[in-house]
Amino acid sequence: MRRFVLKSMVTLAVAAALGSAPALAADPVEISLYYPVAVGGPVTKTIDTMVSDFEKENPDIKIKAVYAGTYQESIVKALTAYKSGTPPTLAVLLSTDLFTLIDEDAIVPIDSVATAPADKEWIGGFYKAFMENSQTQGKTWGIPFQRSTIVMFWNKSLFKEAGLDPEQGPKTWEETVAAAKKLTKTDANGNVSQWGIKIPSTGFAYWIFQGMTTPNDTILMNGDGTQTYFNKPGAVEALQNWVDLSAKHKVMPGGVIEWGTTPKDFLEQKAAMVWTTTGNLTNLRANASFPFGVAMLPAIKHPGSPTGGGNFYLFNKTSPEQQKAALKFVRWSTEPQRAAQWSIATGYVATRPDAWETPEMKKYLQDVPAAGVARDQLQYSVAELSTHDNQRVTKALNDNIQAALSGTKTPQAALDDAQKDADRILRRFR
Amino acid sequence: MKRPEFSFTPWLLLLPAMVLLIGFTHYPAVATIWHSFFATPKGGNPAPFVGLENYALMIDDPVFWQALTNNLWFALGTIPLSIALAILMALWVNDRLAGRGFLRLAYFTPTVLPMIAVANIWLFFYTPQYGLLEQITQALGFPSHNWLGNPDTVLGAMIVVAIWKEAGFFMIFYLAALQQISPTLAEAAGLEGASRWQYFWRVQFALLMPTTLFVLINALINSFRLVDHIFVMTKGGPNNASSLLLYYIYEVGFSFWDSAYAAALTVVLLIVLGLVAIVKFRILDRRTHYQ
Repeated sequence: MRRFVLKSMVTLAVAAALGSAPALAADPVEISLYYPVAVGGPVTKTIDTMVSDFEKENPDIKIKAVYAGTYQESIVKALTAYKSGTPPTLAVLLSTDLFTLIDEDAIVPIDSVATAPADKEWIGGFYKAFMENSQTQGKTWGIPFQRSTIVMFWNKSLFKEAGLDPEQGPKTWEETVAAAKKLTKTDANGNVSQWGIKIPSTGFAYWIFQGMTTPNDTILMNGDGTQTYFNKPGAVEALQNWVDLSAKHKVMPGGVIEWGTTPKDFLEQKAAMVWTTTGNLTNLRANASFPFGVAMLPAIKHPGSPTGGGNFYLFNKTSPEQQKAALKFVRWSTEPQRAAQWSIATGYVATRPDAWETPEMKKYLQDVPAAGVARDQLQYSVAELSTHDNQRVTKALNDNIQAALSGTKTPQAALDDAQKDADRILRRFR
Repeated sequence: MKRPEFSFTPWLLLLPAMVLLIGFTHYPAVATIWHSFFATPKGGNPAPFVGLENYALMIDDPVFWQALTNNLWFALGTIPLSIALAILMALWVNDRLAGRGFLRLAYFTPTVLPMIAVANIWLFFYTPQYGLLEQITQALGFPSHNWLGNPDTVLGAMIVVAIWKEAGFFMIFYLAALQQISPTLAEAAGLEGASRWQYFWRVQFALLMPTTLFVLINALINSFRLVDHIFVMTKGGPNNASSLLLYYIYEVGFSFWDSAYAAALTVVLLIVLGLVAIVKFRILDRRTHYQ
């Protein structure tokens, strides 16, 4: 009996010693972060520097940052890892993946971890336009990080050549068409050597399309992600405008225009105006051999554009300690000064008004006034198209936009078909 | 009566091959068929059994039919042309000519290069206005063309990339086979006064038949398997004009996250490839003369 007691006491002591040891030594919490690279420039390096700076300030947290490819490859990797039971703690994925991630039960609401009053204030400090597709069902699921919007770049030297004011980009749709007509040049063989405008239509056709429907007072979906309004008259009109650029006005090449080569077309001066993401600003600034300007998308009834880009998401099936550590990193990396640095390094739009008030950002704005255009456009911006079964719904719209642009369907028929498809897909979520 | 003695050794020797075959071929195939009878599970709930619903959905799915039709055209476009080109190139580099090694290398290079990398290069070949193809056609005074942006030309453009990629690979097989043909046959044909065409058609091509069969099967499989360039160059667009079956399976599986429907589509692909195998082993093998 005595021996038994002694033995148990020793066991207890050992257990206590073992149990308390980690608490004393404070083993670092390990979290993983998946992130994509979707624009030109040394984004990987910027992220690595951010992570190592954070680790220096927070020795109790270790971050494994994993470059996961494009946005599409990143969500494939994150969801596959989640399904196999080893999700990343944190991932930067498209803001439009929100409903997909919720439907898979893959993410936890940010406000379930960020419960302190200071956290609430922090969540309230982002631009409303960015929070629109970070919040649904009364909860916040994503924190805006690498966010962008569509803008129009114009080539100042070509404007001058064509007798247009090089310092003033077109403001309305009519002005854009008129300028594009002057900017389209044809050679002796009747071939166009320089197009007035190029609006890409592969990959993100639905997003670009929102840049024409938003100014036309047409919203394409509801906030719950269960309804779409693809064939509203305003949307049909907008698609007709787009088709007319090549079919009627002959200022844009016919058929589908590749998203990936559009910045190159601009740099090669084969297109005098292009639409692309603000995320390309740093890339174009580094490579353009001519002065260029950045304008808001042309107004129809008023200016307008969709937001785009990626949010931070906290994954389900991770420990509360990991989620807390991840939140700490998210807060740290969206602090005004860091949001400003990130914006300057990449061209993404700084996500908080207070980031624009930092001295660094003010100086950058003086050097590159174009960067402010995206910010000024935010007040007219709406959420990027996002619904349940998102990629299927957007594909229905993309395919039909492409059909209209390549002339196989009329805009009305194309959008009717897209709406019919979307209704069929979304029926089970209503 | 003595029962045959059970011995572990043969099973042990078979084990590595069996593990690989079952783990990576048979189990996935059977599991795919099994999954195709269920709906896609959502948010941790178990998948409900739906019988043939996924297949009924497929019959109503216009994108599936378009991908399948595109795939047939893709096969019809790539197979005969890449085989004909391969024979032509093999005959040429089989002759004694200066710089033969260099020429063989040049023909074989496309095979060695990774498809994703060359697709990025081809993307700029096809780019309107300043792409390589455009610069040539414009110099000759032809009108400009948006090859990848037009539903009528995009599949043709994809076929050209595939042929460019495959023909050099098939050439290697033909070259090896040509070198097996005894030179006495050429001498005999020469004595009989056979023309170059007669010698090719009656002797060389006939003796190349086993190689042609092998290459044909490979080309058929490739035409359902080679989709890397679609990802980089068109993403199946415009409006699914360049979508192929395997690409559509990826889209359904990893963009739409509808793994059950993707499984049903995969079953169709399995059936197509199974048919190819049957045709090879049951019909073509019997009609081919092996030396």
